[in-house]
Amino acid sequence: MSAEAKAMPGAKPHSRPKAKKGTFPRLIKTLFKFYPVLLPVTMACILFSSAVSAIPSLFIQKIIQIIEQNYALGDWETAFSLILPQVMILATFYLLSLLSMLLYTQLMAYITQGFLFKLRRTMFDGMQSLPIRYFDTHKHGDIMSHYTNDIDTLRQLVSQSLPQLLKSGMIVSVLLGIMMYYCGWLTLLLLLGVVAMVTVSRKVGGGSARYFVRQQAALGHVEGYIQEMMNGQRVVKVFCHEEESKAGFDELNDALYLDSRRANTYANMLGPIIFNIGNVLYVLVALVGGLLMLAKVPNFSFSGMPLGISIIVPFLNMTKQFTGNINTLSQQLNSIIMGLAGADRVFTLMAEAPEVDDGPVTLVNAKISGDGQISESPVRTGLWAWKCPQEDGGVKYVKLEGNVELVNVDFAYEPDKPVLHQISVYARPGQKVAFVGATGAGKTTITNLLNRFYEANGQITYDGIDIKKIKKADLRRSLGIVLQDTDLFSGTIMENIRYGRLDAGDDDCRAAAALVGADDFITRLPDGYNTMLTNNGANLSQGQRQLLAIARAAVADPPVMILDEATSSIDTRTEAAVQRGMYKLMEGRTVFVIAHRLSTVMNSDVIMVLENGRIIERGSHEKLIAERGTYYQLYTGVFELE
Amino acid sequence: MLKRFTGSIREFKTVTLLTPLIIAGEAIIDCLIPYAMAELINQIKAGCEFEVLLKYGGILLAMAFVSLFFGAAAGLTAARASTGFARNLRRDIYYRVQTFTFENIDRFSASSLVTRMTTDVSNVQMAFMMIIRIAVRAPLMFIFSIIMANIMGGALATMFVVVVPLLGFGLFLISKFTMPAFRRVFGKYDTLNESIAENVRAARTVKGFVREEYEKQKFAAAAEGIRRDFTRAERIVALSNPLMQICFYFNMVFVLLVGSKLVITGRGQNIDVGQLSAMLTYGAQILFSLMSLAAIYVMITISATSARRIAEVLDEEPAMKNPENPKTVVPDGSVEFAGVSFKYSERAERPTLSDINLKIKSGETIGILGGTGSGKSTLVQLIPRLYDVTEGSVLVGGIDVRRYDIAALRGQVSMVLQKNLLFSGTIKDNLRWGNENATDEELHKVCKFAMADGFVSSFPQGYNTVIEQGGTNVSGGQRQRLCIARALLKRPKILILDDSTSAVDTRTDAQIRKNFREYMPETTKIIIAQRVASVMDADRIIVMDGGRIVACGTHDELLKSSEIYHEIYSQQIKGGEDHVG
Repeated sequence: MSAEAKAMPGAKPHSRPKAKKGTFPRLIKTLFKFYPVLLPVTMACILFSSAVSAIPSLFIQKIIQIIEQNYALGDWETAFSLILPQVMILATFYLLSLLSMLLYTQLMAYITQGFLFKLRRTMFDGMQSLPIRYFDTHKHGDIMSHYTNDIDTLRQLVSQSLPQLLKSGMIVSVLLGIMMYYCGWLTLLLLLGVVAMVTVSRKVGGGSARYFVRQQAALGHVEGYIQEMMNGQRVVKVFCHEEESKAGFDELNDALYLDSRRANTYANMLGPIIFNIGNVLYVLVALVGGLLMLAKVPNFSFSGMPLGISIIVPFLNMTKQFTGNINTLSQQLNSIIMGLAGADRVFTLMAEAPEVDDGPVTLVNAKISGDGQISESPVRTGLWAWKCPQEDGGVKYVKLEGNVELVNVDFAYEPDKPVLHQISVYARPGQKVAFVGATGAGKTTITNLLNRFYEANGQITYDGIDIKKIKKADLRRSLGIVLQDTDLFSGTIMENIRYGRLDAGDDDCRAAAALVGADDFITRLPDGYNTMLTNNGANLSQGQRQLLAIARAAVADPPVMILDEATSSIDTRTEAAVQRGMYKLMEGRTVFVIAHRLSTVMNSDVIMVLENGRIIERGSHEKLIAERGTYYQLYTGVFELE
Repeated sequence: MLKRFTGSIREFKTVTLLTPLIIAGEAIIDCLIPYAMAELINQIKAGCEFEVLLKYGGILLAMAFVSLFFGAAAGLTAARASTGFARNLRRDIYYRVQTFTFENIDRFSASSLVTRMTTDVSNVQMAFMMIIRIAVRAPLMFIFSIIMANIMGGALATMFVVVVPLLGFGLFLISKFTMPAFRRVFGKYDTLNESIAENVRAARTVKGFVREEYEKQKFAAAAEGIRRDFTRAERIVALSNPLMQICFYFNMVFVLLVGSKLVITGRGQNIDVGQLSAMLTYGAQILFSLMSLAAIYVMITISATSARRIAEVLDEEPAMKNPENPKTVVPDGSVEFAGVSFKYSERAERPTLSDINLKIKSGETIGILGGTGSGKSTLVQLIPRLYDVTEGSVLVGGIDVRRYDIAALRGQVSMVLQKNLLFSGTIKDNLRWGNENATDEELHKVCKFAMADGFVSSFPQGYNTVIEQGGTNVSGGQRQRLCIARALLKRPKILILDDSTSAVDTRTDAQIRKNFREYMPETTKIIIAQRVASVMDADRIIVMDGGRIVACGTHDELLKSSEIYHEIYSQQIKGGEDHVG
């Protein structure tokens, strides 16, 4: 990332807002969109098997009635003939329920993972199309957490909470129906109990949810602190700052402990509270039921059956099942809240506006016939041309030469904070143009504008074509860029070099590495070109990584190259060795060079001295030295003291 | 390994031990409740008196309240114990890392340490809570329920002979197959996340090379692999639901069929409707406790990986210790290397430094030049004892560095590292790392020396400007100058700059060195640099190559005597002109 972009304030703070309204319907809609057939089937199976698990009470009631009738006689034969059909019907329902359960649990596993897979891909594909500005203004840790934390909470939500919601909702509704069928009085009593349960679980569950959100925030602070301190552990050692570092950690760690303890206390207590309200309800149902029975109060029910033991026993079972499901629902509260907040953040990422790429001009392989006529070639020729659609519907081909011009370019990352003023640069094909100046003078910004990471104010043309008219992908393909901070990818060294041109053979990659002087150190590694790089090439030195980046650009073989402090970490002795390769690499190309080291830029065709976003001097090394201006001072500054 | 962790319980020992005790009480009550219920139901069925009803109702209500009390109390103690344990564990890891030397730090990446202190601790915390709550409760519930079922149900209890082994064996098989599957998935998961992190970090490179589609394809393939493996693992786990349900349904059918036979043939003597209902409850409790046990087993196995990763840090011994009766005063800023050689690891084939003999006088300015890997940084890191020599000795102020109190030594040897960092906080906070009691004047003074005062004062907030994490809101050159100022605030006897002005422009760089010379003449200054210009005015310049000192002398001497020095010089200064000319 460029220093300028890094310095941009207003980066999104790390926060965990609650889910907005409409997140839930959107989530459901997305699920249906992904699985328009499987999801309804799954839901139907869940509903069916849940309904079945609520109906045994109907059979228990019948069977107890039969027992009651045959109890005095002790006649098992008669009772059996009556009981068996009931049990058989129940068993049949059970069997069907088991089958549908087997089906939906398997389907849920498939749907959950498929949903996450599609979501991940949508997120990643969307992210790839976002403009550089997004990456410059968002903390990388925050972007990452969409893929880790948010996806995890969504997994919990989709695979556990949502099915449970459906299941418990169905069971509770069916039970309610059966209860009213048997006895209205007892149902009323139960509903009163449920009101109590809901009140308590909202109070306790709300507290738990509140503290879980706070716990997440506290965890974020601890994580941020640890991250910073672990990265700076060497500085801590050098300054003997261990005690201060511990004190800072303790403060945040204790805060996390308090929030986490409260959150867990609420969550742990919710279960027993709901469970025992259930127990109390159970006792009350038995007492009131017994009382009603003893007092011979007329029953009030849809069935019109008189209240008896055959109703009270199944009713008690239903009470247990009912409160048990309310309990389960309350336990899901947290994960639903956290899951929806996660979904919200994922949707926000997916809603980010992608980079617009509407330039009509494209880059094609070209061949030139004897009379100088340019035409398109289906195969790689090493020659390139811009294919410009004309207004009359025809096509004009412009040979790619690397003629880059900036005319009166202004730029600001943020309004009112201009970074570049009236920059004009003319780079002829094959010329080497250097930018020097202090950090923050705007050197890197110019390269950001050339490949349209950001859009310039003013005109930039490439072989006479306004770059805004060139398709971004093709524009970037024609510009090789080597940045100060080298990004390497997990994979072998060979694969990393090949990143520059995917169809390059092993020999091409070796040749490129040899050209820029990277071959030497690579072949000395134990596995040579097959050495695996992990963790951004952490096992290589800064200078070695820069050599790989240069080799990668060399294999891409672009007509224009931008070297942004590309050799800053290669020490001058090594650089001298690299230099010859670099000269070869730059031969015949338009090259923009940014460097602190004047020895790197001295032999450029033209040197631009930037100060506060303006070009204050321009010309060749000799001309600038002769002018005795800023460049001269920069160059000779060291001698002044002698 | 277990002892490593129990040691972190400390002040939470009481609540930790209390939790299973309370839970045991709760489990007993929970097993007695269905028993009392059965009695109540039988009484209602028999058409008892209202007083009897009230009596049983009262007993049951009392039980529910005791159970509520136990449950809530256990929830409280379990939360306190597990979160407290996690806090202590996190602190233990963090404190352990603070004792690490450079050698230890080299072995752990920063991001892996972060994961260990966050995700891994969370996993272990979860397992801890499960162990003290459910690992006690589930077997107790299982045993009590079986006992109660036998007391009450008599012959009905025989069904558990069928159901329990069935469920137990089924769950065992499921766990056995899922564990390796999950482990594999988690491995792939890490790889996927690493590749996402790569893409976020390398957005410029990806876009620069127009590799968006390529990255998408790579990602899709990796994500597909996870989907396949994860689905397979979850499908096996998903079998446990129907399995549990089969047992539950079997219980229901069995109780209804065999139970009603027992009731009718026995005329309610041994078993009545109340017992029938209770048997259903006990059955559910038994099956549920088996299920919990399986869940704990899975949870503990998952967290075992985390526990191992944490133990790695806790078991890492700091590579150096303070000596007994350490010296706390550094007499002067002289440095001597006597026959020093150094290897980063015992297994390294070639030493990083060999045969170094060098004497530096107090107050001298020494420049060090040399190619990448020539051992410059390693050499200077031996002075504040960031590493210990393999052979020979390093003397500061005439005393072996291993005889100093480490903090006292580092207080006098101030080093600006090559990869330097500022921390989030104000500029003032950052500077005060060098000396927490420094006055504002002192801060301004060192910043003037380090040529930082100018730009700091130009910020609207001046010295109170907040530095963002990683110091990203100041430029590289500004960051380096602040780091130098921070090091100066220690008022060290020895100042070491390890390529610390590479991003500073040459003029400012020269001015900083001029300030050193004018205002800190008594401080020994050791300057590693890439630019010849940065060291050519030093009293002596050391040229290193392949871990050895190959030349030593003033600029003029070296120009004549050292081929390497001459080569570097002409490349950087004279050579350029030649080229242009």
